[in-house]
Amino acid sequence: MTGAATVGRADTAARRSRVLRYVGGRLLTAVVSLFAVMVTSFFLFRILPGDPVRAMTTGREVTVEQQAELRRQFGLDQPLWQQFLDYCAGLARFDFGLSYQYRVPVSELIAEAIGPTVLLAGTGTLVAALIGVTLGIRAGWRHGSVGDRANTAVALFLFSVPSFWLGLLFIVVLASGTGWLPGLFPTGGMATPGVDGVVAVTVDVGHHLVLPVATMVAVVYAQYLMIMRSSMLDETGADYLTTARAKGLRDALVLRRHAVPNALLPTVTLIFLNLGRVVGGVILIETVFSWPGLGSLFYSGLQVPDLPLVQALFVVFASAVIIMNLLADLVYPLLDPRVRT
Amino acid sequence: MNYLEVEDLRVSYHTPEGEVPAVRGVGFGLAAGSKLGLAGESGCGKSTVALALLRLLPRSAGIRGRILLDGEDVLTMRWGRLRAVRWAGASIVFQGAMHSLNAVRRVGHQIAEPIRLHGSVPRDRVPQRVGELLDQVGLPGWRARSYPHELSGGQRQRVMIAMALACEPRLVIADEPTTALDVMIQAQILRLLDRLVGEHDISMLMISHDLSVLSGSCDRLAVMYAGRVVEEGPAHAVVTDARHPYAAALGSAFPTVGDPASRRAPHGLPGDPPDPADLPSGCAFRPRCAVVEDRCAAIDPVLWPVDSDSAGSAGRSAACVRVLDSAAPEDTGAPDGAETATTRVADPDTTLPTQESGAQY
Amino acid sequence: MSGPAGEGVPASARALAWERRRRALVGFCRQYARNRAGLYGLGGLLLIGMVALSAPLFIDQAAISVTGAPGQRFESPSVEYPLGTDAFGRSVLDLVVWGARISLAVGFLATFVSVALGTLIGIVAGHFGGLGGNALMRVTDWFMVLPTLVMAIALAAVLSRSTLTIVVAIGVTAWPVTARLVRAQTLAVEARPFIERARALGGGHGYVMVRHVLPNVMPVVLAQTTLLVAEAIIMESTLAFLGLGDPATISWGGILQEARNAGAVSSGIWWYMIPPGLAIALVALSFTLCGRALEGVLNPRLRERR
Repeated sequence: MTGAATVGRADTAARRSRVLRYVGGRLLTAVVSLFAVMVTSFFLFRILPGDPVRAMTTGREVTVEQQAELRRQFGLDQPLWQQFLDYCAGLARFDFGLSYQYRVPVSELIAEAIGPTVLLAGTGTLVAALIGVTLGIRAGWRHGSVGDRANTAVALFLFSVPSFWLGLLFIVVLASGTGWLPGLFPTGGMATPGVDGVVAVTVDVGHHLVLPVATMVAVVYAQYLMIMRSSMLDETGADYLTTARAKGLRDALVLRRHAVPNALLPTVTLIFLNLGRVVGGVILIETVFSWPGLGSLFYSGLQVPDLPLVQALFVVFASAVIIMNLLADLVYPLLDPRVRT
Repeated sequence: MNYLEVEDLRVSYHTPEGEVPAVRGVGFGLAAGSKLGLAGESGCGKSTVALALLRLLPRSAGIRGRILLDGEDVLTMRWGRLRAVRWAGASIVFQGAMHSLNAVRRVGHQIAEPIRLHGSVPRDRVPQRVGELLDQVGLPGWRARSYPHELSGGQRQRVMIAMALACEPRLVIADEPTTALDVMIQAQILRLLDRLVGEHDISMLMISHDLSVLSGSCDRLAVMYAGRVVEEGPAHAVVTDARHPYAAALGSAFPTVGDPASRRAPHGLPGDPPDPADLPSGCAFRPRCAVVEDRCAAIDPVLWPVDSDSAGSAGRSAACVRVLDSAAPEDTGAPDGAETATTRVADPDTTLPTQESGAQY
Repeated sequence: MSGPAGEGVPASARALAWERRRRALVGFCRQYARNRAGLYGLGGLLLIGMVALSAPLFIDQAAISVTGAPGQRFESPSVEYPLGTDAFGRSVLDLVVWGARISLAVGFLATFVSVALGTLIGIVAGHFGGLGGNALMRVTDWFMVLPTLVMAIALAAVLSRSTLTIVVAIGVTAWPVTARLVRAQTLAVEARPFIERARALGGGHGYVMVRHVLPNVMPVVLAQTTLLVAEAIIMESTLAFLGLGDPATISWGGILQEARNAGAVSSGIWWYMIPPGLAIALVALSFTLCGRALEGVLNPRLRERR
């Protein structure tokens, strides 16, 4: 047995190189994906119908010379491959170009909007994951019970509801102040103009956050519930639970100490993977609640079409997924001792 | 008094297709410090018996009968008392320790868990106790910080044994303790188990499909077939001179070391174990029996003492009509017609000797 | 059987095959019927399908056009208009019933596109394996990374505004899941001995894929398809709600977009907003329930869990 110990320690060097290779491989995959996303984004939006210059100048008298000047200013007179090279060079410096409609650097617009989106998506995911995982644990542990069936039914229904519709209903019932209910929550936006002071602003933003987050949670938590429930079901018959029961543990302890830590692993990965998708998924909720985030920006950019903005946002949304995938790959081995070695 | 006393244990599983009997009236006793082996093919109900002893069967299982552990009936215990008895009164060494240990917890934590729970030693002494236990099973103390997957199969089984001894129980149930291991490790583990059980004066119920494993470690053997004990007696006698054709077949399936005859002509058993949901009439072993007779279709024999004047048959019993014949030809009489036999079978407790009476020792 | 032996044998073999199929179908139905939620889903689908198909029989197309609307703007529910009227005076009930046609059609078509694409790519990648197969799976993985909604919105915005665009946008973004599933199943099927036999007997790639792999992959695909329709219908309504649909057709998402633009949200005209959304939810739910029930019957690993 002592021999095993020395062998174990001699293994560390080999293990370290294996870990490095693993991490390197994941990083490389992520970088390749990112590059592919950038290329796609550039060419996809070049097919957008409509002349960007005309879109930029709607409602104003512009001479042909001025149009040509605009074209030159935005680099639209260059051949496509030149534009592509400029675009790539810009991306490398986090320079996404000038927005056609706002006439400010796209990076500034994104920097402004990313906070609200992260706040909304983060809070929503956190709450949804907590509710979904908790209910999923219970449903899976007591599967077939009345509680399980009720939970599953409600989750499946909410899962089928379009998020924007639910958001609209929330606004009608809880924000518009129609009927007997007063308007409890703001109908949109993220802050009331004129509110000052850290505490007041926090409360105000929190107040604005309630309905969008509620909408998001209602639509998203079902996924977590179903995942957690099925991974609990995978564990319920496991031998180590019989061992735990044989030791004399209460059912609640068998659940908490043994079943949940095992069942949680796949769910955590999925939560990470979803986190990336959620950033793009909030487009609708942001649109419905006029939340000043990336989703609203994307939507407004599509109407113009504001090429640099939309391209950049597409890259941001896709990178969110890529980065979260990468994180999930890197974090999972830390959580699961079986993969760690 | 026996530390463990099982009387007419019956277990059936509720399935959509109806009740499926897994254990159909098993009885045995286990004196303090003695070792009983329970043998049989997979699916004969032996593991169900093991789990039933601590009421660990799933909710779909219905259990009847009596399981007296130190005089207390496990089946009627309240939950709190049952939890106190689990592990402290009787612990289990499970089969295939890979799945029986929690993969995401360190083994030290898993060994310490029942000690903390049952308060076997003061809290501050728990780590020390874990170290002692690991030492007893021949593992270095630093292994407490390992995860199950970092251990070999034999080491995991050692951890399982250390865990089973953690609360100093008076009974250890070893359910296929060596099945997943290779032969060399098997022998090591069996020796270890033997030694520890002997040192601490613990009773042991060892369950295996491998008669040779059991005969080496156990004082007595019980052979199960289709949810019943079909032969029971001193280990050596059951292995070398089985009275039930199934026990005989099981014994000859493993060649005796140093006996060239058994190696040259291994006696396998044709056919598969019966489907518990669809047992044949009469003797359940009938379809596979080499010496089957016409009357076997009508009589469902129960354990009956083996004729005591033949050598080495003290305290032995078997469930075969041929044993019934030789034991008490005048009293019971060989059933001469299917008619009478069936009526007798309908109520075996009154007409024929019961399981318990045959299995006391 | 009564004919000469030479003809009788194949006939009876065919009869046997039919008998086996019939029995499999009966068994399948029986197992499906055990899942009560699945039966509700199926019932809901049949009902909605019938309503959608028979809509032209009791709805005058002129009455749901913007110009020929019979009622006043925003009438609240009455006997004449059970769900009130919309911003143009059209009956909301008629609109919702009519909307079922487009929503279901788009849902089915988009699913068909994505399942066909996914199955094709999955089988080819699984069957040929090697460099080409791996490259195909790399592409699939990469498509999986793209945020579906963002991609669909972008595609719908890039192409001209029509129902076909929505079908393409959904179909092209939703296939990777099917492809992965089909590839895994293909690998499992090809590992079985009868494929070896078919090859030994001279079956070409196409023959093996179509005659042997495809039928064995279909059950898994079927369950997946049913679940995908639910997603496609929600996606369609989403795109229409964002104004990316064909403005000339009536779809549930489109109705909701009109309701929002007409200020139904702030003035609390609930009858304009609740019915279309509820319709989307119920149809999607029905498909989800059916899909889960099918999965339970066709995927034995899942079956024992329920």
